[in-house]
Amino acid sequence: MKDESYETLIRIRDLRTTFGDQVVHDNLDLDVRKGEVMGVVGGSGAGKSVLLREIVGLQRVSAGTIDVLGTDVTTCGVEAQQVLRRHWGVMFQEGALFSSLTVTQNIQVPIRELTDFPQSIQDEIARVKLAMVGLPPDAGAKYPSQLSGGMKKRAGLARALALDPGLLFLDEPTAGLDPISANQFDELIKTLKKTLELTVFMVTHDLDSLIAICDRIAVLVDRHTVVGTLSELMDDDHPWIHEYFRGPRGRAALNAKERN
Amino acid sequence: MLKSRSRPTIVPVAGTGTIDSRREGDQLIVTLAGRWDVPTVIALEPAVRTIQADRGTSATIDMAGVTLLDTVGAIAVSRLRDDLAKSGDVELTGVRPAHAALLEQIESIDAQPLPVQPKVTIIDLIADLGAATVRLGYEARELVGFFGELAVVFGRLLIHPGRLRLTSITRHMQDVGIDAMPIVGLLAFLVGVVLTFISGDQLQRFGASIFIVNLIGIGVLRELGILITAIIVAGRSGSAFTAEIGTMKINQEIDAMRTIGLDPMEILVIPRTVALMVMLIPLGFFADIVMIGGGALMANLSLGISFPQFINQFQSAISIQHLWVGFIKTPFFAFVIAMVGCFHGLKVAGSAESVGQQTTQSVVQSIFLVITLDAIFAVIFSQIGW
Repeated sequence: MKDESYETLIRIRDLRTTFGDQVVHDNLDLDVRKGEVMGVVGGSGAGKSVLLREIVGLQRVSAGTIDVLGTDVTTCGVEAQQVLRRHWGVMFQEGALFSSLTVTQNIQVPIRELTDFPQSIQDEIARVKLAMVGLPPDAGAKYPSQLSGGMKKRAGLARALALDPGLLFLDEPTAGLDPISANQFDELIKTLKKTLELTVFMVTHDLDSLIAICDRIAVLVDRHTVVGTLSELMDDDHPWIHEYFRGPRGRAALNAKERN
Repeated sequence: MLKSRSRPTIVPVAGTGTIDSRREGDQLIVTLAGRWDVPTVIALEPAVRTIQADRGTSATIDMAGVTLLDTVGAIAVSRLRDDLAKSGDVELTGVRPAHAALLEQIESIDAQPLPVQPKVTIIDLIADLGAATVRLGYEARELVGFFGELAVVFGRLLIHPGRLRLTSITRHMQDVGIDAMPIVGLLAFLVGVVLTFISGDQLQRFGASIFIVNLIGIGVLRELGILITAIIVAGRSGSAFTAEIGTMKINQEIDAMRTIGLDPMEILVIPRTVALMVMLIPLGFFADIVMIGGGALMANLSLGISFPQFINQFQSAISIQHLWVGFIKTPFFAFVIAMVGCFHGLKVAGSAESVGQQTTQSVVQSIFLVITLDAIFAVIFSQIGW
């Protein structure tokens, strides 16, 4: 009785994005299946973050369709968008916490907005989410400016997960973290994915986390995507993809994976 | 665009969960079934709260029918269990392994002690007031320190004038002077018009309409022209200084400068201060002309004083001294505005929020200081009989 009716949670077809004369995406197709972690990689300026912003409705597309949970976000109305928002969580690069609110209040913002739970339940949800993302209980009363970069990201993740969304968007979750924190973050995503049955759409630059947690990878090259599992992409002969996975950093990350 | 493709309904169907309670002898049996997720908890939370057991009754929560349990659902279940546990033993039955893990996790989180919330008492409020006062004192001292630093750098540049950044100064002259002309001109004109209209009305009752020229001339040249200009510039350029320098501070540009061996005072503060001190004079003069022009126009329209008449009276009644009184003040005003703006810019620390706070403070303080200075000048000029 789970949401079996949607095997494909995100379906992008013929997407085109232009900024003035510059074409960012052209004829881009992409499917994200239920329960997978989809990693999106690409060179700087290839339009990874733009793609994420388009899917969650922060940016208009020039042409094409983006179906999320069966709703075309490029044409649907405000109400349908509002319904969708309850089913996804977005974590931005620096956490994007509201600076005037404490961490607990930040986590409760979506809860307040979309439900009318009594304060005691809201507090408990915040405590549970804090613990789930690995923050100590006393972090809840702190303001974002009192947190380190990694803690901000965790708090941002807790807010994204506040209402148990089925679909989680992550924008460069490990960027700017030290390797230990980055590993912990990868582990965290893996665990949460398992316990909360999440589908994750993750924009990243980090080869290690790509290898560690992604089921499939979409590479943005030449304005469209090449999708495949890691081993499929390893054998792709497109020069950029070859360089990406077979270059020194790619090899190092893969070796590290094999040694484990 | 018409879409012919048929689509499934909007979002996964929210099949709801159910809750049911019945008594069997001493036992209270609560049966949960279906999806226990956010929508269900939203719908059933009030019903969950009504379930209560009498003292000494043991209870069983049967979760065999639960198909889906998310964190919020698990929180609701664990709260129900905790409530029932107050009156007797509680047993959870039919829990699926995946759900059990989640419930266990929540139980362990609940077991952690709540962080202690400090209570705010009246003593804290008084202490806050004291702390704020002390902070204000420190800030005044810092501002004086900054003034000293600025003076030292100025002195150094007088000895080595080659180190003045002329390109930067001219750019800021454009920003704070030329670009401010439209807004300063418009506001000066309006003030001139309104002032003449209001006071002309009073003078007319005494048949002293012509003295509007004296009133406008002296008022504008000595006080209003410069003061209004300084206040507009404080709001426009002083705040811009704070925001620009503050953003650079957050971007670590200031740190980068220091590591390269550049002095932010010399690179950022001096050009802005010099540019503002130079440009406030012509800007103030421009405001004087436009304000008096607005006054002359209104005197013509509402009091019937022709332009030649106005100019005649102006020449005979207004001595050049009044112009000097106004303009002696401009460099001081400009210096204060630039100094406060840059000071708060350099005080920005941490987050972007701090830029906003410092900008507000910078505008409030520079306007405060400009008006205070103006009052001090008024006392001095009256003492020396100007």
